Amino acid sequence: MSLWSKHAILEKNSIVLVIGILIVIAIGGLVEIVPLFYLKNTIEKVDGVRPYSPLELAGRNIYVREGCYLCHSQMIRPLRDEVERYGHYSLAAESMYDRPFQWGSKRTGPDLARVGGKYSDDWHRDHLRDPRSVVPGSVMPVYSWLANADLDYQNIADDLKVQALLGVPYSPEMIASAAADVVTQATTDSPDAAALAKRYPKAQARDFDGNPKRISEADALIAYLQLLGTQVDFKLYDDKANIR
Amino acid sequence: MANALSPQKPMALGEGGLALALAALALLSIVVAAKAYTPEYAFHAYLFTAASIAAVFAIINRYFDRAAEPAPLTIDGKPNYNMDPVKFATVAAVIWGIAGFSVGLYIACELAFPFLNLDLPWITFGRLRPLHTSAVIFAFGGNVLIATSFYVVQRTCRARLAGDLAPWFVVLGYNFFIVIAGTGYLLGITQSKEYAEPEWYADLWLTIVWITYFLVFLGTIMRRTEPHIYVANWFYLAFILTIAVLHLGNNAAVPISIFSPKSYIVWSGVQDAMVQWWYGHNAVGFFLTAGFLAIMYYFIPKRAERPIYSYRLSIIHFWSLIFLYIWAGPHHLHYTALPDWAQTLGMTFSIMLWMPSWGGMINGIMTLSGAWDKLRTDPVLRMMVVSVAFYGMSTFEGPMMSVKIVNSLSHYTDWTIGHVHSGALGWVAYISFGAIYCLVPWLWNRPLYSLKLVNWHFWISTIGIVFYITAMWVSGILQGLMWRAYTNLGFLEYSFVETVEAMHPFYVIRALGGLLFLSGALIMVWNLWKTVNSAESVAPAGVALAPAE
Repeated sequence: MSLWSKHAILEKNSIVLVIGILIVIAIGGLVEIVPLFYLKNTIEKVDGVRPYSPLELAGRNIYVREGCYLCHSQMIRPLRDEVERYGHYSLAAESMYDRPFQWGSKRTGPDLARVGGKYSDDWHRDHLRDPRSVVPGSVMPVYSWLANADLDYQNIADDLKVQALLGVPYSPEMIASAAADVVTQATTDSPDAAALAKRYPKAQARDFDGNPKRISEADALIAYLQLLGTQVDFKLYDDKANIR
Repeated sequence: MANALSPQKPMALGEGGLALALAALALLSIVVAAKAYTPEYAFHAYLFTAASIAAVFAIINRYFDRAAEPAPLTIDGKPNYNMDPVKFATVAAVIWGIAGFSVGLYIACELAFPFLNLDLPWITFGRLRPLHTSAVIFAFGGNVLIATSFYVVQRTCRARLAGDLAPWFVVLGYNFFIVIAGTGYLLGITQSKEYAEPEWYADLWLTIVWITYFLVFLGTIMRRTEPHIYVANWFYLAFILTIAVLHLGNNAAVPISIFSPKSYIVWSGVQDAMVQWWYGHNAVGFFLTAGFLAIMYYFIPKRAERPIYSYRLSIIHFWSLIFLYIWAGPHHLHYTALPDWAQTLGMTFSIMLWMPSWGGMINGIMTLSGAWDKLRTDPVLRMMVVSVAFYGMSTFEGPMMSVKIVNSLSHYTDWTIGHVHSGALGWVAYISFGAIYCLVPWLWNRPLYSLKLVNWHFWISTIGIVFYITAMWVSGILQGLMWRAYTNLGFLEYSFVETVEAMHPFYVIRALGGLLFLSGALIMVWNLWKTVNSAESVAPAGVALAPAE
């Protein structure tokens, strides 16, 4: 049959075969990925989602470093049991500043997309120090060293600069005050708290790990966890408004 | 040595150029190490320095020791195959395999008995799990793919591997990448993008190695003395090309400084999720499937001494598989914030993917037509055929799990882990073991030490796989059902931690399955060790194991 014999062209010309493969594998990816960058209904329009403050970003980087996403998802699906267990289903807008996204693919532990405000700072501190002291059946590793490790935030302005380059709306003022903002947010009743809240609306500022003597990695991580899922006010959110 | 300095022996451009480039890399690495933001990154920079200096010495040493003329392409009209890099990658695959299986067993035990995390940062589940997945996929699987592809492309093209230093650069550079990636995870250097954890500098290094790999492979095909490119090489080419495209797309990142290991991905949120699973699912589709199908298309016909069942089926298999696979990524994102249209596309193509997958399975298994009796007598062939059967099973399970309603139960549970392992242990590892059992006797020119031990390996590992996947099926479905269980009064019946506690017995059974699988692999190591170290050498002709030309 003639069509079958035509395949010999590909079998006898390596460059034609290479080009053929590249065309065939390009199609699916292009169709699925490219529209996500220009279709307006990909990311909902909502109020309240802001870039991470320097302390929250540093905390998120610890979350990334420790591979927390391997056991904890950050993506609540619109299923009855998940919405009742974890809260309102996750919006694309809520992870628009996440680099990388941390939706995860496995729940050895519970979803964390809306863990912010569910537990006290003390609970988080104890839970990181010894998870089984507060949840006896937990299989989570002990992260006691986080409270004893000084947070490395000397270069945090570099992080903000790169994110700004990638399109995150960090202003030059935010970048300039990044390291100072870490200290402000990790301190209870800091005099600069008002300026911080102006740059990062509703940023919670206090000594998260219960040890005012040092700014630890636990401070940053708990600050990040307490922020998760709290930015959008779902009393005001209208999910019909985004149907286009 | 005296003749080495004679003017008849110029240094090749490749030798000089590579030595200079590596010397420059060594210098750059020292500067980076001195000004590194973190001690972990400085450690990696020193590793780069040490490796580049060692490589420069090796190149110069080789220059003095080698003959003046480059290795001939043919000797007495027969191709002069370059099998030393193949040997290296084969040995590396076996070593990394044992390491990767062992780490897998350890983290399985951590989930059953969390005290095994030992309160140490370096061995927490979160850091060891990427070490396990990278060690088995990229270190074990990657070395198997490099070894077999370099072997198969030479044999089927009847041509010597292209390049002089390039094949060595590929195998050594790739294994150096593995070392950087693996030690990085333990030290907390990771992007936390699943199966794409290495940071920007490791990714850059891999890009250079991978492009060289492509050029060596393509160069060898271009040298071929056979008019047709054999089907296994189509699959290898698709694997090499597509992995390059995926790697570049998914790892597009900007480092915060050349002195810092930290980078930020160019994509964010929902787009990053889509790009990640376009990459992630096709790491499965092209690394763990297309590459290993190439192994199937060479080693099963060779071992069974039968031609491929259907040439036309292999054409359909190849093009439909690589076209459809690329679309399947969004099934990892069902019911998430990814737009519905993308989820539906992903599900549709995942279901369609069932057909080429089974077409390939039929082509592999039916190759035994007329040689079925060998399944009784040859445990190596049996291992490869069972691997294709596992391939069929997991490529049925995959499309089923990509149906949204099934996925709503299975997603986020151990069912996914079980599914991955029926593919990874049953298909990828078994076809690899089969290929290694063929390759080692061929490469070292000795008969396999013991077929009986292969039989033991096969049965112990198979029981291990069955323990593993049944435990994960039960625990996954159980957990999924517990999460959505309601009481008569309409409340959620179980707290989350109750579902965690219910997993314990299955995690113990899973670890037992892993232990059996590892034990089987250790039997293989012993068998291969005795094979390579036996004095006896087989005559190249008239022996069943010797590959036909």
